[in-house]
Amino acid sequence: MAIEAQTLASLKQTAITIRKDIVKMVAEASSGHPGGSLSAADIVTVLYFNEMNIDPANQNDPNRDRFVLSKGHASPVLYAALAEKGFFPREELMTFRKINSRLQGHPSKKSLPGVEMSTGSLGQGLAAANGIALAGKLDKRDYRVFTMLGDGEIQEGMIWEAAMAADHFKLDNLTAFLDYNHLQIDGNVEDIMNPAPVDDKFRAFGWHVIIIDGHDMKQIDDAIQEAKQIKGKPTMIIANTIKGKGISYMENQVGWHGTAPNKEQLQQALEELNGGKQND
Amino acid sequence: MTKIATRDAYGKALVEIGEKNPNIIVLDADLSKSTKTADFAKHYPERFFDMGIAEANMIGTAAGLAASGKIPFVSTFALFGTLRVGDQIRNSICYPHLKVKIAVTHSGLTLGEDGASHQAIEDIAMMRAIPNMTVIVPADAEETKKVIHAAAEYDGPMYIRLGRPALPQVFDESYTFEIGKGTVVNQGSDVTIIAMGVMLHPALEAAKILEQEGISARVINMATIKPIDQEIIIQAAKETKGIVTAEEHNIYGGLGSAVAEVVTEHAPTTVKRVGVNDTFGESGKPDELLEKYGLTKEHIMEKVKEILK
Ligand SMILES: Cc1ncc(C[n+]2csc(CCOP(=O)(O)OP(=O)(O)O)c2C)c(N)n1
Ligand SMILES: [Mg+2]
Repeated sequence: MAIEAQTLASLKQTAITIRKDIVKMVAEASSGHPGGSLSAADIVTVLYFNEMNIDPANQNDPNRDRFVLSKGHASPVLYAALAEKGFFPREELMTFRKINSRLQGHPSKKSLPGVEMSTGSLGQGLAAANGIALAGKLDKRDYRVFTMLGDGEIQEGMIWEAAMAADHFKLDNLTAFLDYNHLQIDGNVEDIMNPAPVDDKFRAFGWHVIIIDGHDMKQIDDAIQEAKQIKGKPTMIIANTIKGKGISYMENQVGWHGTAPNKEQLQQALEELNGGKQND
Repeated sequence: MTKIATRDAYGKALVEIGEKNPNIIVLDADLSKSTKTADFAKHYPERFFDMGIAEANMIGTAAGLAASGKIPFVSTFALFGTLRVGDQIRNSICYPHLKVKIAVTHSGLTLGEDGASHQAIEDIAMMRAIPNMTVIVPADAEETKKVIHAAAEYDGPMYIRLGRPALPQVFDESYTFEIGKGTVVNQGSDVTIIAMGVMLHPALEAAKILEQEGISARVINMATIKPIDQEIIIQAAKETKGIVTAEEHNIYGGLGSAVAEVVTEHAPTTVKRVGVNDTFGESGKPDELLEKYGLTKEHIMEKVKEILK
């Protein structure tokens, strides 16, 4: 069933809140990764606020859906979603990356409710998501497993080992997103170690592949629904995204991968987000 | 005194050895701005390879380059250049005894805000346990420069552990570095502090304060963890009342363990270890983390006093 206009409007509003929280957290910490958090924000919003069956009051429900943020440096987008969802108090967002905080630089399963897997060392999340999906099959539970990979991250060999295994084990309860923002730290992924053609590669590895605009919530939702209908194989949703999406001076700028905005830059970012510039 | 990070000194030294020797090749895994290999990339683009986020492939490629007469320097964060690629280092570099230099940055807790997932505190234990591997931890910029020049000449695998934060300078140009040799940086007769890397400066500060309290502490900089300088340790064990080791690493398997092994076999005496107490780190500022995890001059002084009690 297609997403309703009213839901869409409310999701867009939530995505603005998430984006604001991302830049506020990173600015407050003077450290962190805004670019890849912002490029993933619309997908994470649809997952957490429209799709996933999760409840902070029943965190260990064995039937809950799971999300593994394989590109763990985008922790701000996950923390913002978890706080908004009610997994921990919103004020705690301002402790991000500070000593004695539960909001570690990269997600820590042991310290923070709602984090399904510790990530941060790139390339490892897909295999963990496979394991969770495999356990779901073993236990005959119908939860779904979602994961998000970076386009630089898929340069890791382990991603392709996991890609092979997901098809081999017919993990149709697994849906992966590729945050295809074309940037990593040292430059464009095309210049550093080109993973293209990613669609053909994943198809050759046995996956069902859907290509979408990763900032169009209707397309995100349609792809998630399509993936549910695919039997016998995992689905890769290749989401064309813009690194730094929503903040003009960050968009498509490699330098904003792991740099915190200063006070003035934060002010401008919040003003732009309030102006609803990404409501296009 | 201006502080300089060992990774900055590394970037500069790479350019120097690259100019002298056309066989020097540098590989990085999408962290060249942080590891400072970007300097080399700018000077010698044809001898620099950004392998992308693919550390295992980087190590294997370096092995092949070394097997063909090149001298690869391989850089990434300490965690991804060791624990991530342990078997590749063991079987493709150390077993065939290839001239690959794994020079990693952002080691230990002082990597800071990225947190435990990125803080290598087990790397030395791991590298030390692989046959044929030489393990070096420079304590400041000057020593780093000398280590990198020595590494370019050294015929075999080498692990060089560098860091993120700017550190006080301990050595001047007159300092000579020799693989396998420790250096006495402060003479002393009551007790000995053996330190490496980031912990050398706090060790010297501890010795200064102890001196005012009437305690004479010898301070040894142990830049080579393997092969370790047995002679200097045995001498310290015999001439002073005990040894305190100080390292930004798990107390298991690192400098403290290496020193204790030598002492136990050759000159039994008390060894107290200052290090990370077998726990993961966390996000925070480098100084806050050193304080919280027990890696300050005060912690060193405390252990010294336990020995002298
Ligand atoms: C194994 C590993 N190697 C290196 C890093 C350092 N690192 C953190 S983010 C990053 C770039 C990631 O690029 P991409 O996957 O494209 O992420 P995005 O653009 O979505 O932020 C790198 C190299 C890491 N975290 N893990
Ligand atoms: Mg990217």
